[in-house]
Amino acid sequence: MASDSIIDWSKLTWIDPPTMGRQDLRDVKKSIDGSFREFTRANGEWIEAIFDPLQSFLVWFEKVMIATPWPLFLIIVAGLAYYGSRSWKLALATVASFLFIGWLDMWEDTMATVAMVSVSTMLCIAFGIPLGVWMSRSDRVQSIVVPILDVMQTIPSFVYLIPVVMLLGIGKAPALIAVMIYAIPPIVRLTNLGIRLVDKDTLEAADAFGASKRERLWGVQIPLALPNIFAGVNQTIMMALAMVVIAAMIGAGGLGTPVLRAVNNQYLALGMFNGLAIVAIAIIFDRVSQAYGKRLQKHREGGHGV
Amino acid sequence: MSEPKVQIKNLYKIFGRRPADMVQHIENGMSKPELLDAHGHVLGLNNNNLDIPARGIQVIMGLSGSGKSTLIRHINRLIEPTAGQMIVDGEDVLQMSEATLRDFRRFKASMVFQKFALMPHHTVIENVRYGVDIQGVAAPEAADRAQYWLERVGLKGFEQHYPAQLSGGMQQRVGLARALATDAEILLMDEAFSALDPLIRTDMQNVLLDLQEELHKTIIFITHDLDEALRIGDNIAILRDGKMVQSGNPQDIVLHPADDYVTDFIQDINRARVLQVGTAMTPAKKPCDGPKIPHDTIIEQALQTCVDSHVETATVTKDGKTVGSITMDQMVRAIARPEAVSADDANYR
Ligand SMILES: Nc1ncnc2c1ncn2[C@@H]1O[C@H](COP(=O)(O)OP(=O)(O)OP(=O)(O)O)[C@@H](O)[C@H]1O
Ligand SMILES: [Mg+2]
Repeated sequence: MASDSIIDWSKLTWIDPPTMGRQDLRDVKKSIDGSFREFTRANGEWIEAIFDPLQSFLVWFEKVMIATPWPLFLIIVAGLAYYGSRSWKLALATVASFLFIGWLDMWEDTMATVAMVSVSTMLCIAFGIPLGVWMSRSDRVQSIVVPILDVMQTIPSFVYLIPVVMLLGIGKAPALIAVMIYAIPPIVRLTNLGIRLVDKDTLEAADAFGASKRERLWGVQIPLALPNIFAGVNQTIMMALAMVVIAAMIGAGGLGTPVLRAVNNQYLALGMFNGLAIVAIAIIFDRVSQAYGKRLQKHREGGHGV
Repeated sequence: MSEPKVQIKNLYKIFGRRPADMVQHIENGMSKPELLDAHGHVLGLNNNNLDIPARGIQVIMGLSGSGKSTLIRHINRLIEPTAGQMIVDGEDVLQMSEATLRDFRRFKASMVFQKFALMPHHTVIENVRYGVDIQGVAAPEAADRAQYWLERVGLKGFEQHYPAQLSGGMQQRVGLARALATDAEILLMDEAFSALDPLIRTDMQNVLLDLQEELHKTIIFITHDLDEALRIGDNIAILRDGKMVQSGNPQDIVLHPADDYVTDFIQDINRARVLQVGTAMTPAKKPCDGPKIPHDTIIEQALQTCVDSHVETATVTKDGKTVGSITMDQMVRAIARPEAVSADDANYR
């Protein structure tokens, strides 16, 4: 810092709020940029190495999906949709959507997007649920994690794209991380909430019969929190899809790339078609996962007869 | 008398931020409202002592907020005490390690809850199995045991229902079966029947009494309903503001209420249905004319017998031997308000 005091009192007016001074500010920014660049140079390699398998897996997964003959792919997708929702209508609508997507020549991009969204959702579940469970067990952890989640959800995505790209460059792995930062909060929050909302009496009964911590968690807390956890999964999927275009800016590929091209070149139809494909996928994912979540709480229905 | 099954010794429970510091105030005679006003702590239990004999039904009663649930939850340590001991079969539950306590809860004491507390995501049969599964019993045997107890409580055919599909009475049968299936010697019942309507409640009391006749468990039964307490209790302890004000057998409580609080409690009960002829008779060695009535017959029954046989006086027997005689007049006096019974008449036990 150049000046003796942080505020230069002689320049203080009631029109402009006190500032740090242009020179100081530039120095601060420079030193932050510099030290992060330093950090990247020193650690970039091994951090990239960690994410390498992830990148390879994603690329492989995408290739497998693209290489699958389309009739087989449609059968699998229809099967999954039916398994999730137990609704023929939804399964048929899913098949129709994918046929339409193929007809408009967006098949490969759609595969890339579906692969990206599926993998990021799975990773969000893999990290988010344990984190949510941990939060539910300790008010301290909760009070630390909640503000972080708030920041993750509200900070403009472009802001964290910068360090991610500085660290990992352009590619599928950084795109995946950007998607996860945006998409993981709901699953964490709703897991935490779901477990905290589990009926105290039911938990007490588990305790009274001598359930261990693990039996409590897997036998009572997780199953009873499942509807909420599922709502979290659903929201996570939706948020991952919402990031498709932004992620395409740093190399995610998929349906976002043509959209970006359409924006730059004012291709209305191209943008619309790809946008509609994203919407179609979103609706399918949403309806299937919601129907599945609803089926998980069948026991809540009262009345007689099974 | 043999060693008590459960011994509660100097048990204190105070809710708040610094409960241990509050015990001194209570020992110095501070009351529950005073403690709340002066220090912001809630007195849950105040120096409780109670010996609970094995194989009987010990009722604990008191008004809402008197600490009944708090007390029963100390027996299996769902609540940690502020001070005191809880000796079960010679071992202090409150000193047990986590693993020992878990085994205690799995094998020694099971619980039935006021709001049933069934697992909503499990079917009826899975609920009954819950404790057995946690004990680590092999699946086929667990299934057999669950099925047996399910049928004992009269729920055959409802195996695959979910709790939400059953009525309250049926749900509590599941709760009872779940507790019995673990074969624990001690059964803790916290207002187990309070949420049921009167007819179903009587029904469940009968189920419990029938089972108890054969199982002889040590049952600790919480209720705020004196009729229920008198009906099923071998012993009754009465709590007020966390303090045990009286404990004894039902006859005792009705004949010698310790204070106004207890007197209020027994105000409205049907004394003829509680008091036994032994408490109202005149001791005598020789039989008089009239029917022979065992000393533990309730007065309601004895009156009926006298009326039916057109006599004024009956002979009271114990183990087949004559111990006294009782007149209809004595019986009628006994069932009148407490003041009407003189101490002498009631001394016999
Ligand atoms: N976790 C707690 N924190 C603070 N105070 C408590 C807590 N649990 C119970 N209390 C207080 O302890 C006292 C005894 O409560 P308890 O639930 O044992 O009463 P109860 O006799 O079971 O009443 P009820 O008939 O309504 O079930 C009450 O004054 C209650 O407010
Ligand atoms: Mg209670």
